[in-house]
Amino acid sequence: MTDTAIRAGAAGPKYGSMSRDRRWALRWSYFFLVLFAIFFLTPPIYMFITSLKTSAEISAEINPWWVFNPTLGNYIELLTQDTFLRFFRNSAIVSILVVTITMAISVVAAFALARMKFWGSATLATGVFLTYLIPETLLFIPLFKMFAWVNETLGIQLMNNWWTMIILYPTLTVPFCTWIMIGYFASIPKELDEAALIDGATWTQTLTKIFIPVALPGIIAATIFAFTVSWAQFLYPLAFTTSTSELVLPVGIVTTLIKGDVFNWGQIMAGALLGAAPPLIIYAFLMDYYIAGLTAGATKG
Amino acid sequence: MAQVTLRKLVKMYDEVQAVRGIDLDIADKEFIVLVGPSGCGKSTTLRMIAGLEEINSGDIAIGGHIVNDVPPKDRDIAMVFQNYALYPHMNVYENMSFGLKLKRTPKDVIDGRVKQAAQILDITELLDRKPKQLSGGQRQRVAMGRAIVRDPKVFLFDEPLSNLDAKLRVQMRTEIKKVHQKVRTTTVYVTHDQVEAMTLADRVVVMNAGLIEQVGTPNELYHTPATKFVAGFIGSPAMNFLKCSLEQAAGALRVRVSDTLSFPVPADRTQRYTPHVGKANLLLGLRPEHITETRRHTEPNQHDFDMKIDVVEPMGMETLVYFSVGGVELCGRVNPNAGAAEATSMKLLADLNNMHLIDDATGKVL
Repeated sequence: MTDTAIRAGAAGPKYGSMSRDRRWALRWSYFFLVLFAIFFLTPPIYMFITSLKTSAEISAEINPWWVFNPTLGNYIELLTQDTFLRFFRNSAIVSILVVTITMAISVVAAFALARMKFWGSATLATGVFLTYLIPETLLFIPLFKMFAWVNETLGIQLMNNWWTMIILYPTLTVPFCTWIMIGYFASIPKELDEAALIDGATWTQTLTKIFIPVALPGIIAATIFAFTVSWAQFLYPLAFTTSTSELVLPVGIVTTLIKGDVFNWGQIMAGALLGAAPPLIIYAFLMDYYIAGLTAGATKG
Repeated sequence: MAQVTLRKLVKMYDEVQAVRGIDLDIADKEFIVLVGPSGCGKSTTLRMIAGLEEINSGDIAIGGHIVNDVPPKDRDIAMVFQNYALYPHMNVYENMSFGLKLKRTPKDVIDGRVKQAAQILDITELLDRKPKQLSGGQRQRVAMGRAIVRDPKVFLFDEPLSNLDAKLRVQMRTEIKKVHQKVRTTTVYVTHDQVEAMTLADRVVVMNAGLIEQVGTPNELYHTPATKFVAGFIGSPAMNFLKCSLEQAAGALRVRVSDTLSFPVPADRTQRYTPHVGKANLLLGLRPEHITETRRHTEPNQHDFDMKIDVVEPMGMETLVYFSVGGVELCGRVNPNAGAAEATSMKLLADLNNMHLIDDATGKVL
């Protein structure tokens, strides 16, 4: 009797509806995932298609989604141009140095703000975050004033120099990275640094031997952020650099490949794709570390 | 030689006094357990000994030297935390040797000590595992190993077994006792579990509301509690407390708990209790094991009484019976074969040899 009851239950409407619900939920999620994928992938695909075309084909009235005479001419032309390589080099040096400076400042600052309870530390932590909320569009006019003052009093010309970006970008990256790292350090159990303290570690040793290895995923996340921001920064270099030799990649592409009202679309697209490659490669390499949670096992799991 | 001495120790958090001036002398090689309900200041006291909390006033001495302003690393102590606090990116060997490495101990000395500690704790085969590959009990052992290799003057344990399941807790309790027998280091152990306190300690320190209620061996605390708090805290099920009054009749004392129920006070206590005749706020304290089923041969000062049983809880080796006198629920422990049944009357026996008379106004056991 129980046997029949169970069999009836298995075929009953309740079980059926549950798996049907799940099937529909899956269908909907795939539908929206595909929708988003199309939405976000269309521009880069269109860029890629355009970058393989000659100027004549781009302006011709034919199907824009197909390449009839594929050519690598745009890429070759860009990569053999001294100016483009110069932009790339400027961007690379600026980004690498900015990331280094940012991480050096924000990891130490976050450690102090998260762990050494001193007078005003909580206020300071909030203050750090608030500075991040000020838009850069508000800052570049006072920055002009400051640069002029520096030039007058110290005789250092900050205008129209690519290395000025190394000083400017950390004002955008340090607050946010410090904020991320404060969050990460705060999630490390307090007992861990107390154990290190009793084991005889100094604050510096606690930071280098315990906190940095344990918070590595957070440090990688902050590094990716700092790199992306400084690689893609547009407004400051546009405002503060003018000579072709001092431009970074995003501004360089726009200012040298658009001459008056002539848009060199093929090269613009090829340049933009080449410019997007480094962050993509960095993401691909660091993603695994980023996702792997290293704190597992420190305390009760 | 490492005695630990606390003198008039005070800890304030803003306006709240967490520890309110405690004195304690811990002998060399002694296993001391601080026990009390949460918020009683036991963990704060331990953390002050460790140097993780600053003290507001008073003195802490380890091995005869005052260490009030000595940083934790120079106090020569080792601490085991409730959540183990193992370094997640290091394997077991590295976890255990971290402290020694910082002290620039020679490699072969480190190796010897780690291997020896691993042997004591039976974790030799785990040395190259990461903490996340270990079970809770194994992590607890590693945390203890990290303490042992440093060969400190004092071990500090902060509720080390609270994160383990019941069965493992009992096992690790025995383990800790064995380790202490082998290593013989002065140990201060904090727990809220009175069974842990009783089983592990040479002496137990019962704390309540930032003060020490009583210090004594487990048996002293159990049989001669100094205060109502200790009497009620130690022992499970807890001691029964009944409002009572003392009556004097023909040179003998009777303790009356209700209009219909009173017991003669044992003759050897008559002199001690006589000054309290007629006092208000008296409580009779009697542990559940001293309320049993009636027996054919009773000893002096054991008295029968009839009582209607409200609830019966069979535990296997014994049966707990609950009944009420004057609106207060009481518990007794009877033989499983005594035939206790709910909502029926039963003849019980009160063993007044083990009674406690408590002044409820002061909380003192008289």
